[in-house]
Amino acid sequence: MADQPTIDVAYIAGLAKLELTAEETERFSQDLNQVLAHVQQLEQWDTANTEPMYHPLPVFDALRADEPGESLSNEAALANAPAQGEGQFRVPKVVESAH
Amino acid sequence: MLFGTISHWRKQLTSGAISPVELVDELAAQMSAANPALNAYISFDTEAAKTAAAQADLSKPLGGIPVAVKDNICIKGAPTRCASRMLENFVSPYDATAVCKLRAAGAVPFGRTNMDEFAMGSAGENSAFGATHNPVNPAHVPGGSSSGSAAAVAGGIAIAALGSDTGGSIRQPASHCGIVGMKPTYGRISRYGLVAFASSLDQIGPLTQNTEDAATLLNVLCGHDTKDSTSSTHATEDFSALLGHDIKGLRIGLPKEYLSSGNSPEVAAALDKAVKTLTNLGAEIVEVSLPHAEAVVSAYYIIACAEASSNLSRFDGIRYGYRTPGNMSLDDLYSKSRETGFGPEVKRRIILGTYVLSSGFYDAYYAKAQKVRALVAQDFADAFAKVDLILGPVAPTPAPKLHDTSLTPLQVYLSDIYTIPANLAGLPGISIPCPQAEGALPVGIQLLAPHFAEARLLQAAHAMESEWAK
Repeated sequence: MADQPTIDVAYIAGLAKLELTAEETERFSQDLNQVLAHVQQLEQWDTANTEPMYHPLPVFDALRADEPGESLSNEAALANAPAQGEGQFRVPKVVESAH
Repeated sequence: MLFGTISHWRKQLTSGAISPVELVDELAAQMSAANPALNAYISFDTEAAKTAAAQADLSKPLGGIPVAVKDNICIKGAPTRCASRMLENFVSPYDATAVCKLRAAGAVPFGRTNMDEFAMGSAGENSAFGATHNPVNPAHVPGGSSSGSAAAVAGGIAIAALGSDTGGSIRQPASHCGIVGMKPTYGRISRYGLVAFASSLDQIGPLTQNTEDAATLLNVLCGHDTKDSTSSTHATEDFSALLGHDIKGLRIGLPKEYLSSGNSPEVAAALDKAVKTLTNLGAEIVEVSLPHAEAVVSAYYIIACAEASSNLSRFDGIRYGYRTPGNMSLDDLYSKSRETGFGPEVKRRIILGTYVLSSGFYDAYYAKAQKVRALVAQDFADAFAKVDLILGPVAPTPAPKLHDTSLTPLQVYLSDIYTIPANLAGLPGISIPCPQAEGALPVGIQLLAPHFAEARLLQAAHAMESEWAK
């Protein structure tokens, strides 16, 4: 880990698709740089021969039988959409016009 | 002040002294009177509860029993908002498996309980629907994130409640409110329909007035579910079977790292009292060591925030959840919807999680934290080779005052030190209230068990509870 790590909150917020106010950016920078300084303590533990533990219990091949089952109707799946039409989610235009 | 236990009301119901619909009415009346001051429930549908109660099968183990459900566990046709503006208009199209199991056992889902937004917090104050008050002393927080579930049970407006525990979110509010809160082994209860916070840590569990009710609920809730690939295939058992059995000869580990000077006098006294009680009951107290105890908060916040940043990417204003109105690009729609929909603590954690997963930092933070997690789990495996259970505090202090803005986020995170290890290692844990002087804030005591040893955990917790009830 780098010495004196700092988070570039504005850059990371862009990656997270999260708009922040200037005040939030400033506050989170302070808060999270303090957290980052604390978590540097993990460096003191030797993990050279330790495998990462991504899951608390071993889970292997947790596949169910590939059988059709009940699932949400189109109507139910769309019921919470902020905008919908013709049985689909409505989104802003993402492709430029060709003219 | 309490409303009466599951076992109490089951006797009343099966004897015909009260009908399920009358019980819902009685509970609803209590709730209408007490909830405005507590803010434990953020939505409820008395008519839906009465409809379900009218059909309740009294021959089932929870027949006719209303159970409050945390706002992040889906109930079909009911709002499931995670106490977030992001989901303020969301109505769940399906039941979580835990709710299906409650219904199949005859229980009546009753009300959505307040929480820290998306289960991120330990005071109940990070709710878009306002803070919950501690029923024992309304000037204090109830703990969190299952703030409303704990306050509803402790405040006499729920018989029992479901919560979720990612870093202590069932056990810590149970401790602060003076009730029983249990986090089962990771995977014991299906997470299907639990809105994901940190998928390798999240676990649903019961908040109840006593250990007997906790066992009753576990008996209903546990079991493999094909809809949750991480749900355990380990055989379920009768979790009530060992209640009332003595604990003579049981070896209880007391980690020397938990006898910290950071514990408040009340917490230190409760731990002393638990040691004495367990000794009097014939258990053997054995000093153990958890060498990586001080690493858990760092490892946890890296892992939990990383998983949260990934899980919460689904809230994009497209398929459900808040969408900022107006014409704008897709990128702006994402960013602005998330800006308005999420509260400050959720944003803070998304930023931290995105950072530790970002290019160049992944190995230094995320992979390192997962390796330290393995060391923490190994500490417990080593300890459980010597002892049957581990005793410890739940939180370093009793419930803090509401609206205390003097603490930094880091200071708040550090208070999770005793509850986090069970989530990192996937262990079952329980908080039971230690008797306090009249009017004092509650203080809980935590017991931890090896994976799948819930019956033993409940046996010891029940033995202490029975001794303390004398």
